[in-house]
Amino acid sequence: MMCSLSLFPSPVPAGQVTLYEANNELVSASSADCYEKQEWDPPSLHFPRESLKPHSRPESSSKAAFLDHRDTLWMRSAGAWRDAGLSGLLDEITNSAEEVPKWLTVSSGCVLALLRWMSSFHGSLFPHLTLSSEEMVAEFSQVLDWSDCAVRGFSWHPHTDKFAVALLDDSIKIYNSKSATAPTLKHRLQRSVAALQWKPLCASALAVACHTCLLVWHVDPTSLSTRPSSGCAQALSHPGHSPVTSIAWSPSGSLLVSASPADTAMMVWDVAAETCVPLQRVGGGGVTLISWSPDGGRVLAATPSALFRVWETRMWTCERWPCLKGRCQSGCWSPDGSRLLFSVQGETVIYALTFTDAPGGSKAAAVVADLSATTFSDGDITVGGEVQSLAWDPSGERLAVLLKGDPQSSSHPSIIAVFKTRTSPVFELLPCGFVRGEAGAEPRLMQFHPHFQHGALLTVCWSNGRISHVPFYFSRAGGSRSGLGGSPPIPHLTSKAADNKTHTLYTK
Amino acid sequence: MFSLKQNCWFLRKVIWWRAIASIAWSVLLLPVTVTVFVFLSRFCLFHPILWVSECLALLTAASTIFSLVLLCGVVLVAGFFNLEYYTVVPSIPCTRVALLGKVLHPRQCVHSLVHCTMGMLMSWCAAVTIGGRYGTLGSPCTQTDSGSSQQTCLNEYHLFFLLAGAFMGYSHSLLGVVQNMNYVSFQTIQQYKYLRFKGSLPRVIKCSVVQALYSVRNYVALYFFFGYIPRTWICTTLNLELDRSLHTLDSLAGLLDFSLLYHLWISGTFLLLIWYLTVLLFRIYVTEVYSFPVQSTFAEDADQCLPKVLTSSESLVMKFLALQDLALLSQYSPARRLEVFSLSLPGGHPHNWNAISKECLSLLNELTQRLVAHHDAVASNGRIKSQSASTDTTRSGSSGSSVAGTFGTEDVLKTPQPSSFIRTPGSVFLKSSMGGVHSSVTAPFTPDLDSPFSSPAIRRLAAHQEPSSPWYGSIQSPHIMRRGAKLWSASTDSQPKSSVATSPVPEPSTPPASPKPSFLSQWLQNRKEQVKSFLSRRVLIMYLFNKLPEASSQALFADSQAHIWALEGLSHLLAASFSEDRFGVVQTTLPSILSCMLTLQEAVDRHFKLPHASSKPVRASYSMGDSSYKTLRFALRAALKTAIYRITSTFGEHLMAVQISSEHRKRLQQFMEYKE
Repeated sequence: MMCSLSLFPSPVPAGQVTLYEANNELVSASSADCYEKQEWDPPSLHFPRESLKPHSRPESSSKAAFLDHRDTLWMRSAGAWRDAGLSGLLDEITNSAEEVPKWLTVSSGCVLALLRWMSSFHGSLFPHLTLSSEEMVAEFSQVLDWSDCAVRGFSWHPHTDKFAVALLDDSIKIYNSKSATAPTLKHRLQRSVAALQWKPLCASALAVACHTCLLVWHVDPTSLSTRPSSGCAQALSHPGHSPVTSIAWSPSGSLLVSASPADTAMMVWDVAAETCVPLQRVGGGGVTLISWSPDGGRVLAATPSALFRVWETRMWTCERWPCLKGRCQSGCWSPDGSRLLFSVQGETVIYALTFTDAPGGSKAAAVVADLSATTFSDGDITVGGEVQSLAWDPSGERLAVLLKGDPQSSSHPSIIAVFKTRTSPVFELLPCGFVRGEAGAEPRLMQFHPHFQHGALLTVCWSNGRISHVPFYFSRAGGSRSGLGGSPPIPHLTSKAADNKTHTLYTK
Repeated sequence: MFSLKQNCWFLRKVIWWRAIASIAWSVLLLPVTVTVFVFLSRFCLFHPILWVSECLALLTAASTIFSLVLLCGVVLVAGFFNLEYYTVVPSIPCTRVALLGKVLHPRQCVHSLVHCTMGMLMSWCAAVTIGGRYGTLGSPCTQTDSGSSQQTCLNEYHLFFLLAGAFMGYSHSLLGVVQNMNYVSFQTIQQYKYLRFKGSLPRVIKCSVVQALYSVRNYVALYFFFGYIPRTWICTTLNLELDRSLHTLDSLAGLLDFSLLYHLWISGTFLLLIWYLTVLLFRIYVTEVYSFPVQSTFAEDADQCLPKVLTSSESLVMKFLALQDLALLSQYSPARRLEVFSLSLPGGHPHNWNAISKECLSLLNELTQRLVAHHDAVASNGRIKSQSASTDTTRSGSSGSSVAGTFGTEDVLKTPQPSSFIRTPGSVFLKSSMGGVHSSVTAPFTPDLDSPFSSPAIRRLAAHQEPSSPWYGSIQSPHIMRRGAKLWSASTDSQPKSSVATSPVPEPSTPPASPKPSFLSQWLQNRKEQVKSFLSRRVLIMYLFNKLPEASSQALFADSQAHIWALEGLSHLLAASFSEDRFGVVQTTLPSILSCMLTLQEAVDRHFKLPHASSKPVRASYSMGDSSYKTLRFALRAALKTAIYRITSTFGEHLMAVQISSEHRKRLQQFMEYKE
């Protein structure tokens, strides 16, 4: 019953753009413009890579150009202590041999060597610790090729038609269906944004995972200001907890969890009170990815090692799930929080884990899809490979999988494969199709709209800086309810895929 | 004096057992800390084998066992003091003089004294364990200048250690007051006790290490200047000689002894660690979730059920735990939620839901009134407002107008309704014993009454209530006087005589009997104003009496953890009722809950527009004091918005059919469009 890519319809040829899904098939055209507008169309944005200047960071090599070398030893030591801590201080003392007594130089040199040996030993246990923090973010981010991507983060507001986009120049723009102003958020501490997420049950709070800290912006939705001051942002930081690569709000909006690959503890924040509770477990060497199940009951926490944990949020205990091959790269939850799909680095399959409230639960993950590289003869194109990220739409009917390509080969691009999901009688994935963008554009990042009325809406950020929205029109299992404006967020237990009764909301 | 008289079932059955369990664990942890201390105190880098064998021998020695027994006793006493002095609502002094009053309060003096003694005992144990030159108080003189051969000399190192222990005990007790160490805060997430202990252990160790460093620094400075006083005193009382051949320790040469400082620091860390561990374990045990039954089949258990416990005012900690339980059950347990929504078997009344919602609403309403009154007091700012003028500002629905003119002092303290007890947030333990400062400093309107230089409107009200006291403007609230606490005599005595004693305070011999303003009282009033304007020009007085920034705002929200749980509980129950409430019991209260929350939202919004209200306090690191009460107002604001959004997102368009005032509907519309 396992689904594989060979069952998929072959991807449309390059130059064709996938527009939408209707009547069970993906429709594409040569340009994104030949597509009739709906009641509110999310703006398709375009941020050309060339127009964005990455923030120039102070390099360690440029420090010498500014530092006055005629400072006294004391001043230099104090500066080194401030900039680089103990190792910097020792380094400074060791390097200024003519000014300090010989025994001090020798002893600090010894201590420095010992420190370096210890850190290299620690690094050999956890190789990711030797990466610089930029590289670490790029390695563990859900965005494909994060460091060179114009759009580094994207987040839909969970309740309204509003989204935030994090750009390469460390600014964040907010687009709202109801207002023409698009505020731009900039902050001194907002560096190398790895993730961002809106707070549920709140109109204004946006959490941003930054280089050194966690920023929580409070953007007044009624304000007409295009540049909210940095006073609107709360900076949450904890010693040793940087860079932050993943954040997740609890669906009830009360807690925020943040993770850093360099810190073995994940932090549970009470944002309003600015207090945090570190949750530490031995093993793993850090936490790279956090994902809160939509029902709020469980949290997935992946580590840089071949191990991930699933926390239950009542008493905050965790289950350990060792993987065989590599670290858990991505994961997503079914809308009712009972099923977790995840992918492992180095493998081309999707695993599923089922959770029940009864003790025991499943003891092993089942393979539900095989994504090994498949060549389609008619387009002469190869797709498949490792999974970069997974996204499940809130109604639980479509699963989007961002597959890595081969950067060396033009006929093996990274691509988004979309599956239909069915939970009864057994859980299975069915092929739906591939989503393609403009010629030469590869997908980098994707997210489903959290409350699209007529099915599912997938937002994709492309490598050329374009953000497009691909609607999937189908009627949900609880379709009668979706007519109401703010229908309650009751988890829809999808009884069956409603393929045969799809009605076309779109007419050409 | 202590709470043994209390016979609330909850204290007897739950809190005491929890305290006993926490003390037992601290006693069990003692051997571990003692072992670590022994190894660290005898640390010797160059003879590791000798070091280990010596330490092992010492651990089995009789003196160590005796020390251990002594330390057990100390831990028992410390645990008992934790149980007696803890509070779930912090007392926040709004002026420095109030803080001084707290420090000099007899109850606090007992605490300090006992901790001094305990510190001395513990450092005696430490000195004996370290041994060597610290071992005994007397030692044979090395140099006998006269013929008397068997002179015993004072071993100053031993004395130095004992005094260090006493100093650390006192500073621990003092810092406990300043940093509200007796305040027990509840965690935002639930964890098992062992995991919570494990998680907070590194912080506790870091705290005790850093605090011990500070203590050593302060103590050494103190001893350098005043060390000769206790030394000569001991010498004369015990008839000991001073050894002239050694350096005295209050000299630079004597104090710059690295091994002495190291030993002092290690024993200080040991001392503080034992106390902090006791405090930590106590906090963990007391704040553990207690699951109250929602309803009971037996009549005799009825007063242990959640609806009864919520409305009872016997013990504040019980009320807090009940509210916590409510917030958790509304979120996590569908079965218990069903019990809340259920109807009583004969009669078919939703008693459970009615009791719970009524109590939560009265809590929230009470906070609204408190905020409105505070806002009016601040906004009037010198202008005398008539009762009629102030009513229009409190359009807050049900009962806002009744409080406005009176600023609630009398009203709040004397209202007989059960929910009002929480307005004097000092716990019942305090009330039973002293009833003085602890219960009154957080009384809702102290922020505005406690400064003698605040607005005349407030002072007039206060003066009207307590005209006989010359200090009426400066005390926290009038009922201190009524209870007759000796706070003020104590604190004025301690002030420098030059500034206070010489200032001509008019002592009214007889309080004015009639409320009509006689010539005498008028004259007295004028004199008081003069005295105050005279005093207000004195820097020290200004320093003591000026309001601490933010303190009034913190004090207003001191017990807001209860409100946060009430909001969470109500909103989760409402959201769950959308699908789970089969009899529609919740529908009837939906309008009142909505209007209550929206009114509170309005009051909170207005409060945060005041200066100081929205500034974040600086976080104090490396202290065991829990400063989470300082940010409770922000937490409350966030919880309130989340609660309203939870209701609007659950009910959606259906809320349009709910009967609420048009103003609230407008506000609600804002929430439904996600524009707040």
